[in-house]
Amino acid sequence: MQLDINGRSYTVAAAPETALLWVLRNELNLTGTKYGCGEGECGACTVLLDGVARHACLTPAAEAKGKKITTIEGLAQGEKLHPLQQAFLQEGAWQCGYCTPGMILRAAALLRNTPHPSEEEIVAAMNGNICRCGTYPRIVAAIQRAAREA
Amino acid sequence: MPDEGLRPRVEAERYEMSSKTQRFELGRRDFFQWLAAGIVVAGVMPHVPTDAWAQRREGEPLPDNIGAWLHIGEDGAITVYTGKVEVGQGVRTSLAQQVAEELRVDLSQITMIMGDTRLTPFDMGTFGSMTTPVMGQRLRRVAAGAHDLLLKVAAERWGVPQSRLRAEAGQILDPGSRRKISYGELARGQRLAQAVAMDDPLRPATEWTIAGTSAAKTGGRAIVTGEHRYPYDWTRPGMLWGKVARPPAYGAQLLSADLEAARRLPGVTVVRDADLLGVAAPTAEAAAEALAALKPRWSPAPSQTSSSALYEFLLNHPAADASNTQGDEELNAALAAASHRLDSVYQVAYIQHVPLEPRAAVAEWQGNELTVWTGTQRPFGVRDQLMEAFHLRADQAHVLMPDMGGAYGGKHTGEAALEAARLARAAGKPVKVIWSREEEFTWAYFRPAGVIKVRAGIDNRGKLTAWQFDNYNSGEAGIETPYQVAHKQIRFHRTEMPLRQGSYRCLAATANHFARESAMDELAHAAALDPLEFRLRNLRDERLATVFRTGARAFGWPRRKQRPGQGFGFGGGVEKGGRIATFAEIRIEGGNVKLEHVVSAFECGAIVNPDNLKNQIEGAAIMGIGGALFEAIEFADGKIESNRLSRYRVPRFRDVPRIEVVLVDRKDLNPSGAGEAPIMGLAPAVANAIFDATGRRLRHMPLAPNGLEA
Ligand code: FES
Ligand code: FES
Repeated sequence: MQLDINGRSYTVAAAPETALLWVLRNELNLTGTKYGCGEGECGACTVLLDGVARHACLTPAAEAKGKKITTIEGLAQGEKLHPLQQAFLQEGAWQCGYCTPGMILRAAALLRNTPHPSEEEIVAAMNGNICRCGTYPRIVAAIQRAAREA
Repeated sequence: MPDEGLRPRVEAERYEMSSKTQRFELGRRDFFQWLAAGIVVAGVMPHVPTDAWAQRREGEPLPDNIGAWLHIGEDGAITVYTGKVEVGQGVRTSLAQQVAEELRVDLSQITMIMGDTRLTPFDMGTFGSMTTPVMGQRLRRVAAGAHDLLLKVAAERWGVPQSRLRAEAGQILDPGSRRKISYGELARGQRLAQAVAMDDPLRPATEWTIAGTSAAKTGGRAIVTGEHRYPYDWTRPGMLWGKVARPPAYGAQLLSADLEAARRLPGVTVVRDADLLGVAAPTAEAAAEALAALKPRWSPAPSQTSSSALYEFLLNHPAADASNTQGDEELNAALAAASHRLDSVYQVAYIQHVPLEPRAAVAEWQGNELTVWTGTQRPFGVRDQLMEAFHLRADQAHVLMPDMGGAYGGKHTGEAALEAARLARAAGKPVKVIWSREEEFTWAYFRPAGVIKVRAGIDNRGKLTAWQFDNYNSGEAGIETPYQVAHKQIRFHRTEMPLRQGSYRCLAATANHFARESAMDELAHAAALDPLEFRLRNLRDERLATVFRTGARAFGWPRRKQRPGQGFGFGGGVEKGGRIATFAEIRIEGGNVKLEHVVSAFECGAIVNPDNLKNQIEGAAIMGIGGALFEAIEFADGKIESNRLSRYRVPRFRDVPRIEVVLVDRKDLNPSGAGEAPIMGLAPAVANAIFDATGRRLRHMPLAPNGLEA
């Protein structure tokens, strides 16, 4: 099976029903996409399929075939960080950082459709992503900053 | 529990103190066998008494030889070695800041090697908010020693008195002759190792220029690009994937398993050894398949208590060494004479840490030498567990801790490390074991549940006259009251433990503060006194009083209700050297408790990194919302029912109020830890606010798991 990940084509051996999360992590060693629950409850595994945020833990690899898959590793353009990555750094919007890739990708999907979201829109869009360290206020501030500076 | 051998029941607090100390002896070790040339400074010291440490009642002192050390390379790079670990609390940065301060170098020149049992001196673990007060102090002293040594080396080189020289920006300057020389140049060709006595004077916080600032956390770029490798992400060449068969309930015994069926699968190793039934296979899918092929059969679980009968259980099952529960006569007399009396019982549920990254380990054997990469707050503790399990010497077991995805007191133990090591030994290849969320919920450990009985009395001037506080099973942290009272009796009662329990951010201090600060609110209302005025009248800790007043000012206490359903409350206390006061505004809406606004005032001595401190206080308040309002572990018949995130609610974006943090910076006091204490004011603040809004006194944490039921 061929998968288009971060603009590169990968041939993968995994069975088509294998969750995209494990294909990325275990077969391709793209470990920026995280496991937190395996049931769509935490958002740590969020990736973009054709720009739409999806839970990689619940997405069979076959479903991603023919779509453009974006993981956290593909967000920066070379050395240049994505505005959201930059904003997370500036707001210090992490502690352990384990939730951060999923947060950034979920926010990227939000800003794609709603470039200038209200605080309520941010909270609604992000509510499926858990930060156990409790950096939520900083994540909201980072998304607002990225929206402002984009 | 099925496997007592390798899974000791973890007990709160006492557990932390049980680790053996290991010596890391400078004299017998040639640093330069494995280090490039340069200058090594190792700190040898007795432990630094701080109030964080002094609060511990029992246990061993910290090892008294080497606490930490650093190396200055020929290129001027400074590498600092400490057994502490980074779990998201930001100490990789704040410790480096303190070294940079004493050494007068830029933060970017410093690399921290943390929690590597071969390279770093023994450390009991990263818990109890001791990193800043103890390790921070040690590293400052090591760095100050290095600073002095560099001055001395330069003075000898130039043949001038040391007192003429000073250090600045990574160089030694001789203002008289305008000569200067970089640290790297001084280190060139050197093989100088010096132990420093840890009593060098430290730079007072009032003169700090690097410590005391909001330096950005190091390593941020790797976090936002996904490049940082957590334990869950670790791999080794030729590695297999391990999986372990788990009993369906605590205490169920393995009756049989089809080992042959699993062994027939290609590349699969099967281990059945004492309490372990597991497999290792070339891919994670193959491991899952092999595990399924085992078709294990288990005996029924022995009958055991459930969460619905938890509190009666705790009260009725004292541990063998339980203390007595008799009241003393003077106290009873004081209670009888009081103008207002309180007799309340508080309950606190089992909850779990739920670090977003579950347990993970990769183990690799080379002959009789074992290396394990794993997520733990106690790398040396895990090393001891491995040494014991495999009969290894300390130099044969090496544990490394890549910065991990959260812990909060929940990762003191080395379960995944042991499993990976056992499977790797059998397979003859490196093995990786990652726990699923369900495994983490069931086979890790919990914050102890507890029952706390409070009887108290006050006189007609609003002074506390009697205080009886009996804590069953929660633990002793924060059990002492900061309020002045003539007759008191404060006791912790050990009970049998229905679940495996262990440490948690702030340990029992959250439960004890919930009970105490709720009781104080109840007493204030009984006497028709303002709860703040009542506390201040009875408080003798001036630092805590300041924090209460500071929080009250920022919050605008006392506030008048403007809408139905609105309520205000607060709570606070002293723990691990930190003083916290948390004020909360809530709104009851359709039976739900909605937190609107939280003010946390906090003081922990001199502040090392204000922004990181704020981040910790905000995070602690948010984590506290879960335990205060809705987190609880449900269990029955040896099974954890809340074993997934869809069955165990943790705080999310929507649960978060507007949070204001007010810092009190005491540059005249040594810094104490701050990752824990800020969590404990939230629950009583919310309980007291609910009382203010509704007149109902809730004495059970979580307060409103299903909203406020009628
Ligand atoms: S791992 Fe996919 S949502 Fe949690
Ligand atoms: S920063 Fe640790 S889970 Fe979000």
